[in-house]
Amino acid sequence: MDIPYVVQPREDTGLFNAKVGIWLFLASEVMLFGALFSSYILLRVGSMNWLYGEAKDLNVWLGTANTAVLITSSITMVMAWASLKLNEFGKFKAYMGATILLGLVFMVIKAFEYNAKFHHGHFPASHTFYAIYFTLTGLHALHVLGGMVVNSFYWGPGSKMWKTDPVRFTNRVEIGGLF
Amino acid sequence: MQPTTEETQQHAAHGAHHEELGFWRKYIFSTDHKVIGIQYGLTGLLFLFFGFCLMMLMRWQIAYPGKPMPVVGEFLQKLLGDEMVNKGVMLPDLYNAFGAMHGTIMVFLAIVPVAFAAFGNFVVPLQIGAPDMAFPRVNMASYQAYFLGGVVMFFSFFIPGGAAKSGWTSYSPLATLADMGHHPNGQTFWILGMVLLITSSLLGAVNFIATIIQLRAKGMTWMRLPFFVWAQFVTAFLLLLAFPPLEAAAILQLMDNVAGTSFFLPTGLAAPGTTTPLPISGGGSPLLWQHLFWFLGHPEVYVLILPAMGIVCEIIANNTRKPIWGYKSLVYSVLCIGFLSFIVWAHHMYLTGMGTKIATFFQTTTMIISIPSVIILTCFFISLWGGSIRFTVPMLFALAFLPMFGIGGLTGLPLGFNFTDLHLHDTYYVIAHFHYVVAPGTIFGLFAGIYYWYPKATGRLMNEFWGKVHFWTSLIFMNLIFQPMFAQGMAGLGRRMYDGGVTYAGADDPAAGLVGVPQWVFGMNRHISWAAWCLGLAQIPFIINFFLSMKKGKKVTSDNPWGATTLEWQTPTPPPHGNFDKPIEVHRGPYEYSVPGHDGDFTPQTEPDKR
Ligand code: HEM
Ligand SMILES: [Cu+2]
Repeated sequence: MDIPYVVQPREDTGLFNAKVGIWLFLASEVMLFGALFSSYILLRVGSMNWLYGEAKDLNVWLGTANTAVLITSSITMVMAWASLKLNEFGKFKAYMGATILLGLVFMVIKAFEYNAKFHHGHFPASHTFYAIYFTLTGLHALHVLGGMVVNSFYWGPGSKMWKTDPVRFTNRVEIGGLF
Repeated sequence: MQPTTEETQQHAAHGAHHEELGFWRKYIFSTDHKVIGIQYGLTGLLFLFFGFCLMMLMRWQIAYPGKPMPVVGEFLQKLLGDEMVNKGVMLPDLYNAFGAMHGTIMVFLAIVPVAFAAFGNFVVPLQIGAPDMAFPRVNMASYQAYFLGGVVMFFSFFIPGGAAKSGWTSYSPLATLADMGHHPNGQTFWILGMVLLITSSLLGAVNFIATIIQLRAKGMTWMRLPFFVWAQFVTAFLLLLAFPPLEAAAILQLMDNVAGTSFFLPTGLAAPGTTTPLPISGGGSPLLWQHLFWFLGHPEVYVLILPAMGIVCEIIANNTRKPIWGYKSLVYSVLCIGFLSFIVWAHHMYLTGMGTKIATFFQTTTMIISIPSVIILTCFFISLWGGSIRFTVPMLFALAFLPMFGIGGLTGLPLGFNFTDLHLHDTYYVIAHFHYVVAPGTIFGLFAGIYYWYPKATGRLMNEFWGKVHFWTSLIFMNLIFQPMFAQGMAGLGRRMYDGGVTYAGADDPAAGLVGVPQWVFGMNRHISWAAWCLGLAQIPFIINFFLSMKKGKKVTSDNPWGATTLEWQTPTPPPHGNFDKPIEVHRGPYEYSVPGHDGDFTPQTEPDKR
C-alpha cells in the first residue's frame, strides 16, 4: 500500500502531505505561544510591582549574542536545505553541522544566563517577571533541544535516505527547518 | 523506476500473503487507520464506562448522604485508604475527586476519543477514498499519547491524596491549594495527563486535516464530501487551535504547583483554613486561568457534538432513503459554528463580574452561534419529511438524538443571557443542560454509529432485538435522570454538592427572607440516582450484544448491507490494509437516494453517469 503525495505535491493543492502537516502544526504553535504571550501581557499590565530596567537584572549582551546565534542558525538551516536542492550533499553536511553547533552554543549561553540568575537569587518563585522569564525561555530551550535532536538525525543516520530517496529527504529537511 | 499500474495491482493482491504481520504489529503497534480507530473506540468505551461508574457511586452519596456505600464500600476503603472512605462512607475528598475525574474522563478520555478519533479514524479515510491517513505513524503516536494520558489519569486515583479534586475546570487558585500536603499531588498528575492528551489531540488534528485536504480520491470534490467528513474537518480545526492555549495554561499551572510561581495566585492569598498569607510572590490572576480554560472549553463542546451530528446525518440519509435536505446549508453552518465557537467563551464567566459591555458582546455572539446549530437540526428534521423511514436500530438512536440535542440546545439559551445565567449558574440546571447535549445527545449519536458501522468493521450485524431493548431503556432512563435536574436547578440546588444540597435545606428562614432548598429536591435526588443505576443495567444488553455479535452475529451478505451511497461501503468487508481493492473515482454527491430515473433506490458515489 502506498500513500499518495508523500513526495510529490498534489496538483490541486500544490503541496506534499508533510508540508500541510507542518503548517498546521505551526498554526497550533502560534496559538500556544500566543496564549503564553497574552498571559505575559495581561500579567504585566495588571501588576502593581512589575520589574523595570535595572531591576530585572538581565544581561543584555548575552541576550543579544544569543539572538544573533539563533538567527545565524536559521540561515545555516536554510542553506543546508538549499544545498540539497542544488545537489551538493557535502555542503549540506557542513551547513547542517553548523546549525547543530549553533544550537549547542545557544544552549550553553542560556545555561550561563540561568546560572547568573540563580546566583543572584532569582528563581521562578521570586517574582512573576522571573516566572515568565524562566517558563518562556525554558519552553524555547526545549524546542531548540528538539530541533537539535531531529537535525542530528538528519545529519547522521537519517542522511542515508539521500541515496535512496533524495527528494523525500530534501522535503524532510525542509520540514525540520520550518519547525 | 515507476512500477506500472498492473504491477502495483498484482503487488496489492499478493500483499496480503507477503505481509503477515505478527500480533503486536497488527493489533498493538498498528499504523492501519482502521485498527487505530478500533483501539481508540475500545479504550474510549472503557473509559466511558469507568466515568459512568464514578458517577453511579457519587449518586449514592447524593441520594443517601452519609450512608455507607452498599457492596463496594469496604472494597473501596481497602483500595483507596481511610482518608477517602470511612466505614464504607464516601468522604468529601473522594466525592470531589470522583466529580472532577468524571468530568475529565468523560470529556477528554471518552467522548472525544470515541467521537472524533475512533469514528474519524475508521470512517474518514474510507469515506474520502484514501488508502490510509496521511501520516500513519503519527496516527499511532497519537493513540499512544492518548493511552499514556489515560494511564496517568487512572493511576492518580491511587497516589497519596488521590486524584485531582478541583472540578474538570481546575480553577486556580483552588487547584493549587486543594492538596498542598502532597507532592506530587493529583492535580500535578491531572496536568501531566492533560499535556499528553493535548499532544495526542494535536497529532490527530493535524493528521485529519492533512488527510482530508490531500488524500481525497479522484473526483471527490469538497462539495461531494459526506457531511460526516465536514464535521470531522471542522472538529479537527477546533482541536488544533483551541487546545494549545489550554496547554499553555496547564504549563503555567504546573509551574504554580511545583515551582512555586504565582501565575494564577493573587497577592495576599491565604493558606486554606487560615488567614495567614501564603509565602508566594503573588500578583497573579485567577481570571487568566478561566479565560485560557474556556477559550478551549467552549470549542471543546463543539468537538463533543459535531462528530455526533455527522454520524446522525449519514444515518438519516441512509434510512429515509432520500437526499439530505439542505446539504450546502449544513456545510456552511458547520463552518460558521467552527468560527464562532472561538468568540463565545466568556459566557461561562458572567459571574466573574465582567463589565456589562463585555457581557453584552459575549451574549450576542452566543445567540448568533445558536442560529447555525438550529439550521443543522432543522435540516435533519425536514429530511425526515416524506421519507419511507426504516426504523433500524441505528436510525432509532439517530432519531432520538434530534429532540435530545434540541432540549440540550434550547435550554442553553437562558444560560447564554447574562441576566438569567446569574440565577442558573452553577446549579443543576447547568448539569441538566449540558448533559442533554452530551449524554442523550452525543452518546446516542455514538451508539447510532456503532450499530451502523459495526457490520463494516466485523462483517456481522448486531442483534436487532437487543439493540431495540438497549435503545428504549436508555432513552427512558436518560430522561428520568436529566429532566428532573432542570427543576432542581431552578429551585436552587447547586452543583458539586457533597451532600446533595442537604446543608442548604436548613437555610430556610422565611422571617429573614431566606429560602433554602425545598424538600422535594431531595426526593428527586433519590429518583435520579435510581434511574442512573437502571441506566447502568440498560447497558448490559449492549455490552453483551457488542461482544457476542463478533462471533455469533448474523453475517452480512453484501459489502453494503444498508444500501448506502458513500465510499466506505465500496470496500471489501472488513476492509484490508490499504482499504480499496479497485481504483476509486467519484462521480456524484454523497446522498443520491431514490433519484428518479436511476435503478434501485440508491446510487453509489462511484457510479459513473450513464451515457
Ligand atoms: C450518562 C451518564 C451520566 C450521568 C448520570 C452523569 C451525571 C453527572 C452529575 C450528576 C454531575 C454533577 C456532579 C456534581 O455536581 O457533583 C455530572 C457532572 C459532570 N459531567 Fe456527567 N454524567 C453522565 C455522563 C457524562 C458525559 C457523557 C459527559 C461528557 C462529556 C459528562 C461530563 C460531565 C462534566 C464535565 C461534569 C462537571 C464535573 C465538574 O463539576 O467539574 N457526563 N455528571
Ligand atoms: Cu460555552
